[in-house]
Amino acid sequence: MWSSTVIEMIEKGILESLYMTLFSTLFAYVIGLPWGVALVVFNQNGLKPNKVAYRVLDALANIMRSIPFLILLILLIPVTIFVVGTSIGTTATIVPLTVAAAPMIARMVESSIQEVDSGVIEAAQSMGASNWQIILHVLLVEARVSLIAGATISIGTILGYSAMAGIVGGGGLGDIAIRYGYYRYQKDIMIVTVVLLVLLVQLFQFVGNVTAVKLDKRRR
Amino acid sequence: MSSIVSVSNLTKVFSTKDGDFEALKGIDLDVEEGDIYGIIGMSGAGKSTLVRCFNFLERPTGGHVVVEGRDLAELSDKELREQRSRIGMIFQNFNLLMQKNVMDNVCFPLTTRGVKKSEARKRAKELLKTVGLEDKAKSYPAQLSGGQKQRVAIARALATNPRILLCDEATSALDPQTTASILELLKRINKEMGITIIVITHQMSVVREICNRVAIIESGRLVENGTVERVFTHPKSRAARKLIIGGVEELDSPDANRIIEELHEEKKIRIVFSENSSYEPVISNMIMTIGSPVNILRADTKSVNGTAKGEMILGLPSSVEAQDRIIDYLKEHNLEVEEVTGDVE
Repeated sequence: MWSSTVIEMIEKGILESLYMTLFSTLFAYVIGLPWGVALVVFNQNGLKPNKVAYRVLDALANIMRSIPFLILLILLIPVTIFVVGTSIGTTATIVPLTVAAAPMIARMVESSIQEVDSGVIEAAQSMGASNWQIILHVLLVEARVSLIAGATISIGTILGYSAMAGIVGGGGLGDIAIRYGYYRYQKDIMIVTVVLLVLLVQLFQFVGNVTAVKLDKRRR
Repeated sequence: MSSIVSVSNLTKVFSTKDGDFEALKGIDLDVEEGDIYGIIGMSGAGKSTLVRCFNFLERPTGGHVVVEGRDLAELSDKELREQRSRIGMIFQNFNLLMQKNVMDNVCFPLTTRGVKKSEARKRAKELLKTVGLEDKAKSYPAQLSGGQKQRVAIARALATNPRILLCDEATSALDPQTTASILELLKRINKEMGITIIVITHQMSVVREICNRVAIIESGRLVENGTVERVFTHPKSRAARKLIIGGVEELDSPDANRIIEELHEEKKIRIVFSENSSYEPVISNMIMTIGSPVNILRADTKSVNGTAKGEMILGLPSSVEAQDRIIDYLKEHNLEVEEVTGDVE
């Protein structure tokens, strides 16, 4: 049962899960970070209020976040084929994962940045800083602890989504759990993969917490 | 001397869900170069909105703000940012960047203006020396006391060599001792660097301590302005008398309220001693000459711009003749006398 092929398969599953999670998180932040910043900046109390832009971005985030991931997975198949060339496999899963995670990340970023003290923004304006300078050197820097906490949550959620992608042959630990545990009733393999997923989430959480504490200069 | 900040017919209306709110109702005000100009009023009077109009953090709804000869409304965004860097500003809550150390906080306005990092650090070091914090360059704001944070904020505000420094309730979050040391620093900055300072406060003591001119704001209107000495010795408006006689902080104590209640009951006058008359026993001489007692309701000595001013509120005997004689006597002895009416509250 615990032959070298099974162990090899699990090892490969871990790597695939990490590959999907890390790249999806990266791409989702490429979209979600500016999205979240834009939500704050275009807000009516923001640096550059813009009703239309805010409403569009706000509605888009709500709509995309309310589509269940499994449905999104299927809906996005044409897009995935266009981007990756196939809709099956680990790399193909990165596309729906990114699309599902981006609006969630946009909301996390939005709430992190909203925590920045408006007085500090006012002070930067009084010194003649431009909006771009305020975004880059004030908002993102002052909110960094909260942003990292948000990233830690996001990465855990994306790992969970990636396990679901196993259903459409996405690979990774989730795929193994479904194939062996669900279809073949090999509960021990399923349990091992679930435990490994839990450990991965723990690891990400730990690294995230340590980084956040280390970067936080607000405490004495 | 020319006006460095000149405000004319300034209005600001905030549109809220419950209708429009007029925060400023036509303010005219001139600040001369080299002034330490106090703007005082109760909370909600509009003074913070007013000071934000001086650098367009708040865009006025009407009127003009002319700073260093330039009408701020006519500047482009870029020109406005450039002008703002010549107007330093400090705040009640310091508003330092909590995730940057003291050095980087002071460098911030320089690096955003495109000054080289090495040059910015050099300038920041000088400034930290000026404010007495050269050993705290690597500390983070959270490790500093309130007074130290405000010193960092002052250093940061001065980094771009501004000609004007706006102080928005800069000492309101500090204890009296720290307040005194920050005021001392502001005075020094005004004298040594020739920077015009505009101080927003609700504390009369702050105005008395450092300002040469003062404007009193009440419900969005400028009710009185002039030299601190003039306004202090001859307050014309009700708001000014309230601020001077009570002193807002003191007004809150039950003792002060009791005294003011007593003040309502009889005819009373307020006299102000200048330096010389403080040495003479004027009151006891007066009582002996006139042969009628007076009731000393309140007496105080305050320093106005470095000169000692005695202030006393006397309750007079009910006889009108005695009252007139007392007032004449005091005037003959060169004291400033005025009747205190019941509206001091």
